[in-house]
Amino acid sequence: MLFAVFFPILLALIIPFLSKWKTTIHTGYFVLLAPLSIFIYFLQFIGTDFQTRSGSYSWIPSLNINLDFYLDGLSLLFVLLISGIGALVTFYSIFYLDTSEKLGHFYVYLLIFMTAMFGVVLSDNVFVLYTFWELTSISSFLLIGYWNFKERSRYGALKSMLITVFGGLSMLGGFIILVNITGTTSIQEMISQADVIFASPYFVLTLVLIVLGAFTKSAQFPFHIWLPDAMEAPTPVSAYLHSATMVKAGIFLIARFTPIYTLSELFFVIISGFGIITLIWGSFMAVRQTDLKGILAFSTISQLGMIMAMLGFGTKAAIFAAVFHILNHATFKGSLFMVAGIIDHESGTRDIRKLGGLMTLMPISATLAFFGTFSMAGVPLPFLNGFYSKEKFFDASLNLGESSLWIAEILRVAIPYLAVFGSIFTFVYSMYLVFGTFLGEKHLDKLPKKPHEAPIGMLIPPSILIIGVIVIGLFPNLVNESFLAFTAEAIYGKPVETHIQFWHGLIPAFYMSLIVVVVGTILALYQKKWRKVYDYFPGKLSFNRVYDWLIAKLESYSKTLTDSYMNGSIRRYMILILTAIVLVTFSVMLITGGFVIDYSDLAPITIQEVFVALAMAFAAIATIFTRNKIAAILILGVVGYGLAVLFVFYRAPDLALTQLVVETITVALFLLCFYHLPNLRERTEGIKEKSGNLIISVAFGLLMTMVAISAHSSKAFEAISQYFIETSYKLGGGDNVVNVILVDMRGIDTLFEIVVLGIAALGIYSLVKLRSKKEAE
Amino acid sequence: MVKSNDLILRTMTVLIAFILFGFAVYLLLAGHNAPGGGFIGGLMTAAAILLMYMAYGTTTANKILPINYRILITVGLIIAVGTGVGSFIFGQPFMSQTFDYYHFPLFGELELATALIFDLGVYLTVIGVTMTIVLTISNDRE
Repeated sequence: MLFAVFFPILLALIIPFLSKWKTTIHTGYFVLLAPLSIFIYFLQFIGTDFQTRSGSYSWIPSLNINLDFYLDGLSLLFVLLISGIGALVTFYSIFYLDTSEKLGHFYVYLLIFMTAMFGVVLSDNVFVLYTFWELTSISSFLLIGYWNFKERSRYGALKSMLITVFGGLSMLGGFIILVNITGTTSIQEMISQADVIFASPYFVLTLVLIVLGAFTKSAQFPFHIWLPDAMEAPTPVSAYLHSATMVKAGIFLIARFTPIYTLSELFFVIISGFGIITLIWGSFMAVRQTDLKGILAFSTISQLGMIMAMLGFGTKAAIFAAVFHILNHATFKGSLFMVAGIIDHESGTRDIRKLGGLMTLMPISATLAFFGTFSMAGVPLPFLNGFYSKEKFFDASLNLGESSLWIAEILRVAIPYLAVFGSIFTFVYSMYLVFGTFLGEKHLDKLPKKPHEAPIGMLIPPSILIIGVIVIGLFPNLVNESFLAFTAEAIYGKPVETHIQFWHGLIPAFYMSLIVVVVGTILALYQKKWRKVYDYFPGKLSFNRVYDWLIAKLESYSKTLTDSYMNGSIRRYMILILTAIVLVTFSVMLITGGFVIDYSDLAPITIQEVFVALAMAFAAIATIFTRNKIAAILILGVVGYGLAVLFVFYRAPDLALTQLVVETITVALFLLCFYHLPNLRERTEGIKEKSGNLIISVAFGLLMTMVAISAHSSKAFEAISQYFIETSYKLGGGDNVVNVILVDMRGIDTLFEIVVLGIAALGIYSLVKLRSKKEAE
Repeated sequence: MVKSNDLILRTMTVLIAFILFGFAVYLLLAGHNAPGGGFIGGLMTAAAILLMYMAYGTTTANKILPINYRILITVGLIIAVGTGVGSFIFGQPFMSQTFDYYHFPLFGELELATALIFDLGVYLTVIGVTMTIVLTISNDRE
């Protein structure tokens, strides 16, 4: 299994060489090898005697992150879908993409994507799952932006990236909480501890986070907006990623975690509620589109909503119907995208307003589209698989269990009506799609190219899918017992046995289908009459506008915020820094009860000290008010000499000496430098700024005074100075304790201080001497 | 440069600079047992040299003391680090200082400490730093 997962990405390593070396052969033929062989490999597991398999490979054992793969019915369904449709899409792309395109890039991205999808559906380890999950986001981003010269492509790629990565990160959060609750990184072990998770206080949080991941990936309301914009990708990509595989990763995730979350009614409310809303919104919006791929994108959204809703129902029949519809949707939607690509390729446009009457020109594509759309609409014909799953959907929506939650109760009653309502629009857009394109009058003059039937190679993949539609439609039990039953069992937890048949008798679900067909036909026939409704609802309202507004505002607000404090003024930064220091220190001191005043340990104050201190204070204040720079420097010198005098009083001769000389040199240097500077400017700021500065400086000074007093008042332990005094002569051989400390006991401090001095001197030297001519000017 | 008649300053400088040098060396040597040390000694020496620069002008002073003060910084730092590294030779941790008493003819019994060599490094560095800064800034006229 390890090789199966990593085979595509290994192949991707040599694709660039192949595409350069064999330019005559389309690179796609080499690529075809990967999905085809994997498809055949996994095909062998199908059968009534299916057993789950697992394999484990070490990756980061210390963190319990290992490449644990687990193949059960659910994974098998997805693996077969990914590899099968992957093979068809690769084949289709050989004829769709010209050799003049950058094929190497395309197929490398596509193969990375395949590996990522295989990893997502086969992983049993949540972190490995997440790794592959993000790899799908990244490769999808690359594929959507494949034609990166187009502005819309880049926009679509960025949008899908932002939305899916947002969801992916939420999901990671959910996983981490789950791992913390259960103590295991394996999904299967988590499922066995479902009651532990349910009892945890974080249950709802994990549910919401994981659901966010699934909803963004599967384009559920209101995160569906990225999918229509992702239609800028080449059509094979749209067919593969955005209809059959990647968008179903969210469905897969929900299905995988259903055994854990189905215990809660909240799961039903969230999943089914949003699923139904997505179903209705997607089908309603699809009728509004004029681009073929736009219709199909909203159709995909709507169908995914339907599958999601069924998963939320959680009943045996609903889960089986969901699984069945995953398979059905992949077949008909893949083929429809390919047909849309053919039309685009052969006529030069995808605008349904310009198309029409193509049936006689493209009979094979038209036939394929008929089958695809009718299956999508759920028309009751025995050879269309879409009908079966829709019928089962209606049936399941009528048989929901009782619930105690009032909101769940409301949903339970409303869901059948909503399902029918959404399906009517599904019917309408399906008819609109097929009749608008293939019937009606021809506008050949409006088309960029003269349309004709596609080459045979392009028609083969959709034909195979449509044959799948018909085969499943005619013999639904072929896939049922051998295959889908195991998938449903993996989700439901207990064996699921269902027999699919076309005719159930006159049950309510059949009447619902009839209502859909009848009302849908009427609406489709008189579509032109009621189309105006879109001008009023949703009119200009759309989630795209919300997204664009959000992105634009995010940018402008963060710019405003940054500009508001990063204005380049050092004064502003000083204000911010000092205010922060004052606020933080003050609150910390207040909370911890740090402010203490203790008078017991104070020395007597002499009159000389008072005089010196007063002189210093006077000089310091005078410095603020002087306008003359020379005077300011000299007055500041008074403070320095005062300090030296205080050192003398406090019996620190070394300090006093040094302070005297350093002060003298500093004043001299100041004078030397300031000689060249212009005179101090008149302070221009207003009274408001001045008082602000005053408040901050006074607050800062007061705070530091209080901190100093408190520090003096609360001695945690004895000072070690006694040790220095006692051992200075004994160990250091000197009577000058200060000097012995400086050169002997703490010589390293001194060493680095002189290094600092040396660096300062060299810095000044290079500042002054090594100016380039340019800067001097 | 305008010639000015600063005879008193120059005459006084000859005397005072000499006294300052003497005092600086005293501070350096006495630092271990009395107020002083490499730092203040270095500053004092720098002050003496500065006085000579002020009295006699850059050209003359450079002629009397042809010292590159930037190299003096390096020399001082090398001496200081060297005393630290030197303790390795005796299997001691970095910057272990030691001292002993020796009997010298003429001086009597004297204490010789390795800390003095370290102080010498500090002394030279401080001279170099001070002189580099002052000369760099004051010579920067354009």
